[in-house]
Amino acid sequence: MKRRDFIKISGAAALAAACAPKGSQGAKVSDEGPGEMVYRTNPNNGDKVSLLGFGCMRWPMIRNAEGNPEIDQEAVNEMVDYAIEHGINYFDTSPAYLMGQSEKAAGIALSRHPRDKYYIATKLSNFRNQSPEASIRMYHDSFDQLKTDYFDYYLLHSIGSGGVEAFRQRYVENGMMEFLNKEREEGRIRNLGFSFHGKPGEFDSLIALHDSGEYHFDFVQIEMNYVDWTHADGVRNANAKYLYEELDKRGIPIVIMEPLLGGRLANVPEGIARQMKEREPDRSIASWAFRFCGTHPRVLCTLSGMTNMDPLVDNIKTFTHFKPLTEEELEFMEEMATQMMEYPMINCTDCKYCMPCPWGIDIPGTFQHYNRSVTEGTYAQSREQKNYRKLKKAYLVSYDRAVETVRQASHCINCGECLSHCPQSIPIPTELARINRYIESLKQDTL
Amino acid sequence: MLKKLRVILAVLFWLGITLLLLDFTGALHGWLGWMAKVQFLPAVMALNVGVIALLVVLTLVFGRVYCSVICPLGVFQDAVSHLGTLRSKRPYKYKKEIKWLRYGVWALFVIALVAGVQAFVALLAPYSAYGRMVQNLLQPLYLWGNNLLAWLSERAGSYTFYEKEVWLRSLPTLVIALVTLVVVVVLSFKGGRTYCNSICPVGTTLSFFSRFAMFRPVIDTEKCKKCKACETHCKAQCINIGKETQSIDYSRCVDCFNCIGQCKFDALKYRFAWGKKHGEWSEAMTPAGARPDPGLSQKVVEGDKAAGDSRGQSPLKGRRAFMTGATVALGAAALKGIEARAQEADKKTDGGFADVLPKQAPRRETPITPPGSFGARNFYRRCTACQLCVAECPNNVLRPSGRLEHLMQPEMSFEKGYCRPECTRCGELCPAGAILPISKEVKTNFHLGTAGVDVTLCLEATGKSSCGKCAQACPTGAIMMVADGEHRRPAVAEEVCIGCGKCEYLCPVRPISAITVNGKEVHV
Repeated sequence: MKRRDFIKISGAAALAAACAPKGSQGAKVSDEGPGEMVYRTNPNNGDKVSLLGFGCMRWPMIRNAEGNPEIDQEAVNEMVDYAIEHGINYFDTSPAYLMGQSEKAAGIALSRHPRDKYYIATKLSNFRNQSPEASIRMYHDSFDQLKTDYFDYYLLHSIGSGGVEAFRQRYVENGMMEFLNKEREEGRIRNLGFSFHGKPGEFDSLIALHDSGEYHFDFVQIEMNYVDWTHADGVRNANAKYLYEELDKRGIPIVIMEPLLGGRLANVPEGIARQMKEREPDRSIASWAFRFCGTHPRVLCTLSGMTNMDPLVDNIKTFTHFKPLTEEELEFMEEMATQMMEYPMINCTDCKYCMPCPWGIDIPGTFQHYNRSVTEGTYAQSREQKNYRKLKKAYLVSYDRAVETVRQASHCINCGECLSHCPQSIPIPTELARINRYIESLKQDTL
Repeated sequence: MLKKLRVILAVLFWLGITLLLLDFTGALHGWLGWMAKVQFLPAVMALNVGVIALLVVLTLVFGRVYCSVICPLGVFQDAVSHLGTLRSKRPYKYKKEIKWLRYGVWALFVIALVAGVQAFVALLAPYSAYGRMVQNLLQPLYLWGNNLLAWLSERAGSYTFYEKEVWLRSLPTLVIALVTLVVVVVLSFKGGRTYCNSICPVGTTLSFFSRFAMFRPVIDTEKCKKCKACETHCKAQCINIGKETQSIDYSRCVDCFNCIGQCKFDALKYRFAWGKKHGEWSEAMTPAGARPDPGLSQKVVEGDKAAGDSRGQSPLKGRRAFMTGATVALGAAALKGIEARAQEADKKTDGGFADVLPKQAPRRETPITPPGSFGARNFYRRCTACQLCVAECPNNVLRPSGRLEHLMQPEMSFEKGYCRPECTRCGELCPAGAILPISKEVKTNFHLGTAGVDVTLCLEATGKSSCGKCAQACPTGAIMMVADGEHRRPAVAEEVCIGCGKCEYLCPVRPISAITVNGKEVHV
């Protein structure tokens, strides 16, 4: 959202609040004072886990002396210190994140604190080479990078797509399940679980392994937010409601990822933002999404990939003055989700799993720019529109600013390399082609 | 008063035409495009009879005001020579006409024009020389300034200014522009309008008419005290105040009116003098048969030679060497990248970008000329290489040619973009009729060239990756993927291909595309 729009909205909201009769505002939350972080207890071992966890996938990158992207370690240290000081004790990383630099940066920042002050979650991200040697090397590397001799939470990274066969190929046939089970017995893995992206049927077949006792999973990480609750389409991607209820039934603790859909739920279209601000003028748009996740009791931890201090401070405020949603508010969230679905957005969460595209396309950059334009209303719908010229220029200029020309959608050759990497199952080449057609129609004035 | 009027008009014209040559947004050409179209040589090339007649009549009535107001190179020289005059109170003195040079160059120019040696024509034509200087030397500064504003604009969340890439289109042309600038600045700083009156073929052409101009500055020999105030301020060095003679060479006078204000005795006036002999007011005629000033002509010849040399070999050679060096360096960098990636092959990490090598222009047997040029013959005969279309092209397709036979005349290439279907700017602008204005609808009917496939580079044909980008992107459906052994390869339907270059630009093979366009002699 542009600052101007924000001021407009919040101004209007404040006005609405001022005009409303006193009693109708509902119970006012006091956001003043330090407040207390909310903790959930892991029923398996009594871990007291902060309801807000730190996702280490979106840390800020800067250019190093050689001009290559590198994590801004100073900023990470500062954020991690602040997070621990304010009660966050769950940190989730992976050997694949941030061009492979996330674990190391997390290790540097966290090792400056006593090991019993925080829980570490990392993953077996053996996407490319699934041989036992490569997988075990990756597992051991994580200890070195994170400067620890045990993992509190260890995940099979992103299973679901391909169902049980894919699971068996990545973890059973190479002996990794056996290996990890043994590591759990010996205490180097305190909780073994998996992160899930996929269809409902794929989830059913995987959880059946747990039910049958073939494998035991201590926790499961799922994508959950008020949009995915019932609007994930339920076919290509399972609805979060279904996953939550299935896990809840079995008493399995749930860790949540993508509570904000890669930031999209922190910056919603103006019409939706207005309705939220009319209810809670002083709380951020993002706080609604976090409250939605935290309201569900089986949730152990809600991960947020915080890029800088602003969301960190805001999220801590949400969870230290935590107010679960009422039944009525849950219905309101459902209404907001329905309205969100009206916007022609692409379900990209900017996780960058598709990157690097071998042909140099900036896939998440293109999608993020597109979504931002839709959200901010700088998205021309028709040549007949009153301010069409202005919108057209805004879209084209901001596109060139966001994505280098040679990395734009027009250069996609439809090789399909990205398809298997996308946890959201976005038909990436098709969507890039759609965006390119839109841009062509702007350039040629045929919209 | 007259001088003021001349200066105001000249500055307006000069600013307008310079802005037209700098503008890359297309916002100005609707307003200022006519300023390029009233330039003499382009009007001749475009067979624009109305403009030619207007300019001839203008000269017959008022003298060479064209040179003082309309010609941007003339106005530019006036500005430089004004700086030059600051060094002295009496900066100029009468010089005899360098006839052999003046008419020799003019004759060569006409022969070159008829014979179609356009590089020589473009080298001397004043408007083209000015356009070349602005596009090559001033536009980069303008763009950098624009990019600074774009940078600020981005931070302010505004879309008013946007970034435009600054890149070297042609080294030979840049060098020629630089040499032209040096020659013109040196000549005008030292000797005012020397270029216009010794070299410029347009100046010489107009001089044939200005001799008979209705209105001209005239010396009243009765009143003249022979103080030489006018002579020493005449940047055309055409006023001769001697003991016996007080004369003005009207073939060289550009009607700048500087002399009139200098005369304290009211002896010099711009007045109606139609059909009257010079002698009726001023006693003597210009002495004929004068020998040229050896010092000056030597310098001019040297300058000219230098321009010729640099255009001839060295820059081309240097560029090729640079290209080769750059290719090797890029290749080495790419190899290094591949090695590093092989070591990391076990682990798929997220984020980051694959390197994208910059594209290089392929060798084209026939250069591609813009839509609206109707083919090579029309285009190369008419284009005066003023660089207006090059400066304007929003897709970075047009650039001055490095081929000797078409030196500085634009050609198309697709490393940074392709000839987009909605753009018809070059035709709207071209003052010489080399590119004629055509509509968007008509544009796609012209076949500028034909795409050809290099199967040794093609990803599909070599089995390196599935692709089909060219076939998918082609706006006319001219490219189809056909079976080629166990693989597929693109094939081009020659008659359907229009040569827009979209396939070449979007081909993922770098630095040289696997599908490239070759020009067509005649666009049909």
